[in-house]
Amino acid sequence: MSVLVLIEHEGGAIKDASLATVTAAQKLGEVHALVAGSGEEAKQAAEATAQIASIAKVLLADDQAYQNMLAENVAPLIAGLMGSYDALLCNATSNGKNIAPRVAAMLDVMQVSDVLSIESADTFTRPIYAGNAIATVKSSDAKKVLTVRGTAFAKALASGGSASIEAVSGPTDAGLSSFVGCETSKSERPELTSAKVVVSGGRALGSSEEFHRVIDPLADKLGAAVGASRAAVDAGYAPNDYQVGQTGKIVAPEVYVAIGISGAIQHLAGMKDSGTIVAINKDEDAPIFQVADLGLVGDLFQIVPELTQKL
Amino acid sequence: MKILVPVKRVIDYNVKPRVKMDGTGVDLTNVKMSMNPFDEIAVEEAIRLKEKGSASEIVVVSVGPQKAQDTLRTALAMGADRAILIQTDAEVEPLAVAKLLKAVMDEEQPGIVLLGKQAIDDDSNQTGQMLAALSGRPQGTFASKVEVKGDSVEVTREVDGGLETVSLKLPAIVTTDLRLNEPRYASLPNIMKAKTKPMANKTPADYGVDITPRLTTLKVEEPAKRQAGVKLGSVDELVAKFKDLGVVA
Repeated sequence: MSVLVLIEHEGGAIKDASLATVTAAQKLGEVHALVAGSGEEAKQAAEATAQIASIAKVLLADDQAYQNMLAENVAPLIAGLMGSYDALLCNATSNGKNIAPRVAAMLDVMQVSDVLSIESADTFTRPIYAGNAIATVKSSDAKKVLTVRGTAFAKALASGGSASIEAVSGPTDAGLSSFVGCETSKSERPELTSAKVVVSGGRALGSSEEFHRVIDPLADKLGAAVGASRAAVDAGYAPNDYQVGQTGKIVAPEVYVAIGISGAIQHLAGMKDSGTIVAINKDEDAPIFQVADLGLVGDLFQIVPELTQKL
Repeated sequence: MKILVPVKRVIDYNVKPRVKMDGTGVDLTNVKMSMNPFDEIAVEEAIRLKEKGSASEIVVVSVGPQKAQDTLRTALAMGADRAILIQTDAEVEPLAVAKLLKAVMDEEQPGIVLLGKQAIDDDSNQTGQMLAALSGRPQGTFASKVEVKGDSVEVTREVDGGLETVSLKLPAIVTTDLRLNEPRYASLPNIMKAKTKPMANKTPADYGVDITPRLTTLKVEEPAKRQAGVKLGSVDELVAKFKDLGVVA
């Protein structure tokens, strides 16, 4: 079986989620990787991808039209390449979720979303109902299109490989959409979905100022990424890209610290595969304590600063 | 401009799903069902666009059992103008739903199709993108802001790194994220009025779409359960635990 993986990259570096997707792809067959982008950054990303130990070939599609990963431009490129492949694997990230279904429909394939494990060439497991159930599904489509949950697979080794890089081209700008701009949260902290430690805050923080005053120093002490519950994001205490949960980001760090988060099922869906869960909450009956390995009941405004200071 | 809003009847957001003992699926007997929350946000956004004068008519459509009529009535009570039920008791996959919606698009010629980014039952997050592919139109997924500007629509998207804004030529497909708006409650007079709004009854066969599933569900299981751990007595105990875990020196 030959498999194509769409690599996500930024500033010439490969995203960790793509390394996990490469591991999933290896279970299906020979792995080729597609790097789409433009200019020097795309070239650097292709060179980095060629170093991944388990990749047989890198396809580099260099065109201004692929610069911002607009689905209208990238999906036809991938669909055009799929004649030579049996499966397409993308990350279950905002980019992967945006592009993969568009490719699947172009190929008349029913996509399998958020794959947790590869049981065989056509059988996969995936979470449904906010992770309250795990379905094993078998695909009857000739080609497979999967998005892969990054936390469910180990990262492929980013070095040791020496794949060849081949230039490919496809349709250019479809003329349907254009990129206007972006507001990205710049942070020195590790990326939320691949951090070893995550400190998340909930609605109990009460305001954006308190959220940062209480959560940030603890995260700094632990070298942690910062997350938030939906309630905290909806209330404007934290930006949207902090949201952990069913429809936000899925995280599985070694240690997850939930502060002032009650533990709605939609939040648990995003973090219950973490190694050790620590919960700090004033309500001793909060559902978060049903999944937490370590719990501390009390006022977070006293506990967290004291904890930060003592660490 | 007409706006088409596909809506899905799903398990209520507040209900904890239970896996059936025989492993064939999730037990939905006597479970409260509601409109998929993301679709509710889509209906609300369509109404706001109409109130702003950017849209003239809102058509809601649902693919599902007869009971999906209730979901459509809810949308009509919120402010949609008319409804189409494509009735089937079969479980319809996103690809087939997208094909049915493409057929509805061909008939209705909407300027925007606004729908939820994912349904909270199967969590696929595919239908909007697939509809965009099948209709050859642009897609603005995971929208937190939607602004019609002449013959295009500007969509601010919630992405992994923050927010991203794209401009799409109309007609376009837009899928909603949580922060787009807060849906209104239907007032009693509007609930009464909704009962007389038109609802067309169709079947997948009327649109000539084959809805045979491509995926077979072999089994559905409960995920491994986490056990509740220990409650600590003091911050010092937690500090010691953090040191055991090796996350601090």
